[in-house]
Amino acid sequence: MTSTTSPSTSRPAPRATTAGARRTARGQRRRSVGRRSTPLTIVMLAVLAYFLLPLFWLAVSSTKSTQDLFTTFGLWFSHAPQLLDNVRETLTHDDGVFLHWLLNTVLYSVGSALGAALLAAAAGYGFAKYRFRGNNAAFALVLGAIMIPTTALAIPTYLLFAKVDLVNTPWAIVLPSLVSPFGLYLMRIYAADAVPDSLLEAARIDGAGELRIFVTIALRLLAPGLVTVVLFTLVATWNNYFLPLIMLNDPKLYPVTVGLSSWASQAFGGGSGANSNMLALVVTGSLISVIPLVVAFLLLQRYWQSGLATGGVKQ
Amino acid sequence: MTATTVASTEEPRRAGPRRRPRGGLRQGAAGPLFVAPFMVLFLLMFLAPLGYAAYLSLFREKLIGGNAFVGLDNYVTALKDPLLRQGVTRVATFLVIQVPLMLLLALAFALALDSGLLRLARVIRLGIFVPYAVPSVVATLMWGYLYGPDFGPFAQLSEKLGLPAPHFLGDGWMPVSLANIVTWEFVGYNMIILYAALRTVPQELYEAAAMDGAGAWRTAWSIKLPALRPALLLTLLFSVIGSFQLFNEPKLLQPVAPDVIDNAYTANLYAYSLAFTGQQVNYSAAVSFFLGLVIVIFSYAVLFIANRRRTS
Repeated sequence: MTSTTSPSTSRPAPRATTAGARRTARGQRRRSVGRRSTPLTIVMLAVLAYFLLPLFWLAVSSTKSTQDLFTTFGLWFSHAPQLLDNVRETLTHDDGVFLHWLLNTVLYSVGSALGAALLAAAAGYGFAKYRFRGNNAAFALVLGAIMIPTTALAIPTYLLFAKVDLVNTPWAIVLPSLVSPFGLYLMRIYAADAVPDSLLEAARIDGAGELRIFVTIALRLLAPGLVTVVLFTLVATWNNYFLPLIMLNDPKLYPVTVGLSSWASQAFGGGSGANSNMLALVVTGSLISVIPLVVAFLLLQRYWQSGLATGGVKQ
Repeated sequence: MTATTVASTEEPRRAGPRRRPRGGLRQGAAGPLFVAPFMVLFLLMFLAPLGYAAYLSLFREKLIGGNAFVGLDNYVTALKDPLLRQGVTRVATFLVIQVPLMLLLALAFALALDSGLLRLARVIRLGIFVPYAVPSVVATLMWGYLYGPDFGPFAQLSEKLGLPAPHFLGDGWMPVSLANIVTWEFVGYNMIILYAALRTVPQELYEAAAMDGAGAWRTAWSIKLPALRPALLLTLLFSVIGSFQLFNEPKLLQPVAPDVIDNAYTANLYAYSLAFTGQQVNYSAAVSFFLGLVIVIFSYAVLFIANRRRTS
């Protein structure tokens, strides 16, 4: 009956009921471990199948030529798989413009994500750990901005950027993505919890400056929150379509999303003939553009899930 | 100077003799300086465009004499505009049906994952979340092909069975098809937020409930749901805002179904068409601003109702 053998309770139970509560909790946890529900599992596997079906279709289809896409069954492989041919064709079509798009997407989204996370972390930490005039008003202002739809902002932003010659440059994509009100919200909550005041005081007594405390102590404690903001801003920018669609008109600057949609409309509009391979290119390009983010989420899941947990609980 | 004095009351008494830390910021100025970079960009990227849109919306391009100040004329036009009304109504209808459905599914999945009754829970959780990482462009293209009457697998299957092919991209089915895409994209994201919130419910609460003889359903109803309230509100708010902005999915399906999806299919699509194909920049700014206003009002209404429920 030592607490070390009990995996169920991570925190000590209240004094009076310790023994009883622990016994019940452990018994219940053990029971539920032994009593997995098969019907529920089957239902959820069916749900899983629905979510993976389009991705399975995408993986299968990217092994087909455009002709096979039309003539073979959509959810199974054709007799002549040609994934590598499709990939080569996708990457080299039109002087390798797809590679440009990929590179652009990586640059825009990594730049925005790192910048947005750092800005949100500094500001969230500033809001959480310092009291200054206008602290609450400024935070409330930003929080209210979560409700402003980004697409309603996009057109005025375009018009404004057109005035200062920022349209059709990478800055037109990166600058608006650097401000993440939700990121600030998450980081403020996270900083309030994860950075103890006593640690800051101890560092101050040791004579460390505020900036140094932030860089050497706070940023490390904020790491899971930072990963969360980085990942979600990364997704937002990587998947962004509206903003680059209106901001950019040079295909060399397109991110993958805008590029793919331009290929897709060519494939629909062109029919057969010169663009007969277009459809296979769109499909293979889609597959290539999906893989990096999925991998990032799978690798970093431990961090972003704990970061999200903090944001979802408090209001 | 006020900032310094306010902050100094916060300093621990022990630190009295220390006046200025070697190298770096003083504590009093530090807070505003940490916040400043974000706030400056926020002003430039949020408030400036907003103000500019408000300004532009008060003018109108005249055939003779260029831009003329017309006051709230553009808004009067917007309120009377049947195309805008059609877009807003369509999006609102979509929202009222799709969002509750999606959030109920997300809630059900989160509770199932948290119940401890599932085998392969990790795989299922990540599998449902994965679509969130897929660009909406790719999601729409994929579903567009799957829906397709020529080589979509659903059409192929029904052809094999001798049934008529379903018209997923037809007029009647289109809202359902769009709702399916949006749900596919975002259920997992909402589920993860709810699931993460569930994981932070203190173990003691479950123990106490078990001691009181509560079963799984009772625990879910009396402990888990109340604990989820803030997270549910957050997902609801994001979903409402997202639905009003519906653009990518209809825009990308437009080439496949040009007769069904017109330039004013959603309010956002309308604002886009006005600015970029119609050259009606001022009117588009008014429509954008108006749409933003509708969303803010709607969001506040959601928050208000949710908060009233909580206190009553």
